[in-house]
Amino acid sequence: MATTPKNPPALTARNLSIFFGANQVLKKISLDIAAKAVTAIIGPSGCGKSTFLRALNRMHELNPEARLEGEIRLCGEDIYASQVEPVIVRRRVGMVFQKSNPFPTMSIAENVTVGLRLNGVRERRLLAERTEQSLQMAALWDEVKDRLHAPAISLSGGQQQRLCIARALAVQPEVLLMDEPASALDPLATQKIEDLIIQLKRDYTIVIVTHNMQQAARISDFTAFFYLGELVEFDATTKIFTNPAKKQTEDYVTGRFG
Amino acid sequence: MTAPNHNLRKFKNAFMQTLACVCTVLVVLPLLLVFYHLLKEGFTAINWAFFTQLPKPVGETGGGMGNAIVGTFILLAQAALIGVPVGVLGGVYLSEYGGTKLNWWIRFAADILNGVPSITWGIVVFALLVVHNVTVFGQVLIPRGFSALAGGLVLGLMMIPLVMRTTEEVLQLVPGGYREAAFALGISKWRTIVQIVLRTASKGIVTGVLLALARVAGETAPLLFTALGNRFWAHSLTEPIAAMPLQIFAYAISPYDDWHRQAWAGALVLLLLVLFLNAGVRFLTRDRFQRKG
Repeated sequence: MATTPKNPPALTARNLSIFFGANQVLKKISLDIAAKAVTAIIGPSGCGKSTFLRALNRMHELNPEARLEGEIRLCGEDIYASQVEPVIVRRRVGMVFQKSNPFPTMSIAENVTVGLRLNGVRERRLLAERTEQSLQMAALWDEVKDRLHAPAISLSGGQQQRLCIARALAVQPEVLLMDEPASALDPLATQKIEDLIIQLKRDYTIVIVTHNMQQAARISDFTAFFYLGELVEFDATTKIFTNPAKKQTEDYVTGRFG
Repeated sequence: MTAPNHNLRKFKNAFMQTLACVCTVLVVLPLLLVFYHLLKEGFTAINWAFFTQLPKPVGETGGGMGNAIVGTFILLAQAALIGVPVGVLGGVYLSEYGGTKLNWWIRFAADILNGVPSITWGIVVFALLVVHNVTVFGQVLIPRGFSALAGGLVLGLMMIPLVMRTTEEVLQLVPGGYREAAFALGISKWRTIVQIVLRTASKGIVTGVLLALARVAGETAPLLFTALGNRFWAHSLTEPIAAMPLQIFAYAISPYDDWHRQAWAGALVLLLLVLFLNAGVRFLTRDRFQRKG
């Protein structure tokens, strides 16, 4: 059954097109991302789902060839308005990557607070508080509380990824973008990340790109199916997986192509 | 399960393996031979006086090259002050900023500069600082003549392209994921570069700086035109200053046995300096989190 969003959308994309040089990778995408819910983006490789995700916090601009048309609003504000700094957008819209990437020169605690410290926060008490709080939210606190000053790279792969989530949470973003956060992890670690995502949606708006159809079905409230740069279908996850409107969507979610 | 030509293959394998071993030995052997020879010829001349005293006048035995040892350190310090900041920031520009086309030209220029014969650098600084005064608004800032400043400048200039290229290379080795992670946390580009990228690459940069220092520590030709050498202690950076390579050169071409021994000892100390410089700073900058291997 379709869940209707209780809150106004956290992010809205309108007629969003993105080009890398002459190559158009997204074609007039319009999509509302519900606040405090999990929205999954699925689709075969090269369909533009990662690019869409990265456009939500202006990360795609790291590619100097990128060009964008249309608009994205975060709580009503145009994040591509000329006076808006990408740095500010990224503090409000955090991101977790496919490959866990804790900073190798820093300890576990330093990794959690790096976003705060490098943005000028000095108060030790606040940093310590935020370290515990973020690690708690990332379900990692109990495993690392006795070795906060151990190197981050001494953690296992799954722990490293939860550390990256804690690091993203520590700057208190409104939205968390996740680009295949569990695709490099074993099933147990994947399950922990999925449980965590379900926990986090009470406080955060989450957008997750995934290749794993079961994962999208398990954890998301809404699902968008992208194909060849176009948004084919966007609806409540139960609808997409049980009764999709488009044949293409059905073929993809049932594994007939992609 | 014996493949045809099994013995031939085994022979080929053994042959190539031996060849590789021999070549490895050939690489390491010169260092060992040089070290052995320097120890044999120079060790007897090394004593406390060698490190602390000035050279004795011709005919008197004893004395040392304390002034040249101190002079080399002063020259290297100046060179580092010039070469490290410019070289590292240049490397940062090449790796983190800069367009592809412009970078190609900068790299091309740096590679040519790396190949410029050291004596040419000497002439350049000779023309800049030695033959005329450096004046600012009519005031003489650096009086003309051979000076420690000129020596430091020439070594510093030689370090710049070396440090720049190695810095660029080690920064390129820092995975892009770390930069992305920092940007995604809303950390500005400059802070990301200083706190994340440079920190991750610090070991490589220090190694590059050390290699550059070690390379210029032994330079002799450019110092002939600039630092000139000095039989006494230098009291100011605008005076000529002694340096170990210059002193070794002067002693080696002299006709006196005692000076020859001191030249060997000087060469030994210079080699040890380079060795300890490498080993020591590597130890100090060892990554507290990096495991072995």
